[in-house]
Amino acid sequence: MLHRMKSRVLVVDDDPALAEMLTIVLRGEGFDTAVVGDGTRALPAVRDMRPDVVLLDLMLPGMNGIDVCRAIRAESGVPIVMLTAKSDTVDIVLGLESGADDYVVKPFKPKELVARIRARVRRTETEPAEQLTIGDVDIDVPAHQVTRQGERIALTPLEFDLLVALARKPRQVFTREVLLEQVWGYRHAADTRLVNVHVQRLRSKVEKDPEHPEVVLTVRGVGYKAGPP
Amino acid sequence: MRTFIAGLPGARWARRTAASGAVLFAEVRAAVLTAWRRSLQLRVVVSTLALSLAVVLVLGLVLQTQIADRLIQAKFDAAVIQAESARVVSERDLSGVDPDREGAQGTLNNALDRLTNQSTAESGAPTAGEFRAALTTGTGSGPEISAGGLDAVSAEQRQAVASGALTTQYATVDGIPTLVVGQPVRTAGRELQLYLMFPLDAEQRTLGLIQSTLIVGGLVLLLLLAGIASLVTRQVVRPVKQAAEVAERFAEGHLDERMPVHGEDEVARLFESYNEMAGSIQTQIRQLEEFGALQRRFTSDVSHELRTPLTTVRMAADVLYASRDELLPALRRSSELLVNELDRFETLLGDLLEISRLDAGVAELGTDRLDMRHVVSRAVEAVRGLAEESGTPLVLDLPGDVYAEVDSRRVERIVRNLVANAIDHGEGRPVHVTLAGDERAVAVVVRDHGVGLRPGEAGLVFNRFWRAEESRARRSGGSGLGLSISLEDARLHGGWLQAWGETGRGSAFRLTLPRTEGDLLESSPLPLQPEGDDPAAGHPMPASVPTPPWGTPIPVDATSEAERAEP
Repeated sequence: MLHRMKSRVLVVDDDPALAEMLTIVLRGEGFDTAVVGDGTRALPAVRDMRPDVVLLDLMLPGMNGIDVCRAIRAESGVPIVMLTAKSDTVDIVLGLESGADDYVVKPFKPKELVARIRARVRRTETEPAEQLTIGDVDIDVPAHQVTRQGERIALTPLEFDLLVALARKPRQVFTREVLLEQVWGYRHAADTRLVNVHVQRLRSKVEKDPEHPEVVLTVRGVGYKAGPP
Repeated sequence: MRTFIAGLPGARWARRTAASGAVLFAEVRAAVLTAWRRSLQLRVVVSTLALSLAVVLVLGLVLQTQIADRLIQAKFDAAVIQAESARVVSERDLSGVDPDREGAQGTLNNALDRLTNQSTAESGAPTAGEFRAALTTGTGSGPEISAGGLDAVSAEQRQAVASGALTTQYATVDGIPTLVVGQPVRTAGRELQLYLMFPLDAEQRTLGLIQSTLIVGGLVLLLLLAGIASLVTRQVVRPVKQAAEVAERFAEGHLDERMPVHGEDEVARLFESYNEMAGSIQTQIRQLEEFGALQRRFTSDVSHELRTPLTTVRMAADVLYASRDELLPALRRSSELLVNELDRFETLLGDLLEISRLDAGVAELGTDRLDMRHVVSRAVEAVRGLAEESGTPLVLDLPGDVYAEVDSRRVERIVRNLVANAIDHGEGRPVHVTLAGDERAVAVVVRDHGVGLRPGEAGLVFNRFWRAEESRARRSGGSGLGLSISLEDARLHGGWLQAWGETGRGSAFRLTLPRTEGDLLESSPLPLQPEGDDPAAGHPMPASVPTPPWGTPIPVDATSEAERAEP
């Protein structure tokens, strides 16, 4: 796959002023942008445009942002960053559980938004050939493939990054803060619920029994670590 | 020896029984007291019993006395009449007899026989029932000759009869109460004394029967009264109990709970009015809930509607600000002002939304067991920049191992607000942050040595948008809602947030939180008011200040630092 010069961002927002402003800022930062103002048109746009990141406003006419998020996640692993006007716990957790990788609370600073988007497209950079194993799960890092006994497990890029981060240092216990920095690219303390929600999502895919995890182990009071290979 | 050995365990057993007896007694006493306190029915029945017992006792006594008096009186009257007729008979028989002659004894005996026989033979005349009679010459002059037993007759009575009077007396013969009537009988010679003895055993039996009837009747009456009282109170208590249960369920939040109304009596009226009250409370609560929902809806709408344009403005301002070097000086300054004021606007909006969430009661408490030292340090680090800007030294006293179940986001926000506030008002003098914990609570005290608070202001600082007059200039650009939000956050934890301040001595804010979520606070591990007087504050205090009520002397470092801070 050729390394694209410009990353493409799909902006799903009903507010034309904000959408235009986002376009200005993102273009200024070197992204290609497309804007969709209606939730129902988001999924077709994802199919046509194949963006590198979707910037999704949670409050949308037509289709609820949460539903849009689920619909996109159902057929694509494209990174989704939610724009939310609510800092209520429930909404954010709901958004993350429906498949969003990260979120930004309005009003945000342009730099913050760009940092979040950059963190999501960063992974497209070339990686060295690397073969990792946790438990009975094999990870082919450059091919972005995870298999158990030859059977492929489909992970979103973020889930993949999370698994690789854990697998690269099998003996290390990762605190949620460290994972936030390594996987999400946060330089300051952020919402640790991001980690919790995504670990649950990852477990539901890679564990045989998510109630008794063998791949991603919880270290009580500290964080997470990889299971023995 | 054997008895000694056998006696030992016996004594121990006795002691144990005594001890367990005492325990049992205490338990029974407690149970009875509880039942007495808790049961209206028991109280009514017991008091009815007590009162009717008193009434029955008095009534029984009066009745018994009355009946006994009447019985004895009737016997007495009959006896006196009988005695009179006996005298007449005896006088007729003995008119020609001289008791001092030979053979008088036989004559007396005969007279007595006739007397007793005649009384049974003579019918129609009022008789006082069976009696025994006795005749005697008395001991006056000459030897005493008697017929019949005189044991029951006392000496005093004999003396009185000898002097010629009719006397009556009660005596006990062979355990039987007896009425003795004595009178003189004239003869040819000296006077004789005639005694009639009426045994009262029949009357005694009658009285005994009446007594037992009264006792049994009284007891039955008491039991009946107790039963009636119990029944009647039950009629009243049952609906009351029912009402209490319904009211309890209502209080627990089952707002649909109503009293069952039967009939039209007073209880039914009470239940009806209760139901009306419950209905109107339910309506009110429903309305409040609707208002609450509206409020939450409004908060959420404002949040979205206001934040979206604000985001656009913010981004636009940042774009301008990023290229401010290319702008004219006036435009450059304008873009700087725009960005700075947008920060303030955002803080204000955030605080407003936060407080409306707290007001709506939708704020959630997500607690974890955390080391308070980390929580407080993080909060302090967040405002360290502010402290450095104003040159305010931060003096921390944060011992480790002080764990508490807290919502770190909220507690950090409280401490951040308190420290930022202290820096704002501390006039560059050191701000002390002290952490302490005891078994049930943890406390953080933030103390500044700035202008302090005037009397009465400590109660106002938590008011929304309240500002002390002299401190209009704010460095942290607070919204004026910080302390109000902190207070609500503390309340959400079931904790306290208190303020103390004195003009010229600075102020102190104390946050006290329970160690376990949901625990009730009773005291704080740290005093709110600083110990002792602060000499650096120049507060006019008398020279001979006794040991302050809080006991501990002022820490030396605090004093010296405060002195150093003094220009």
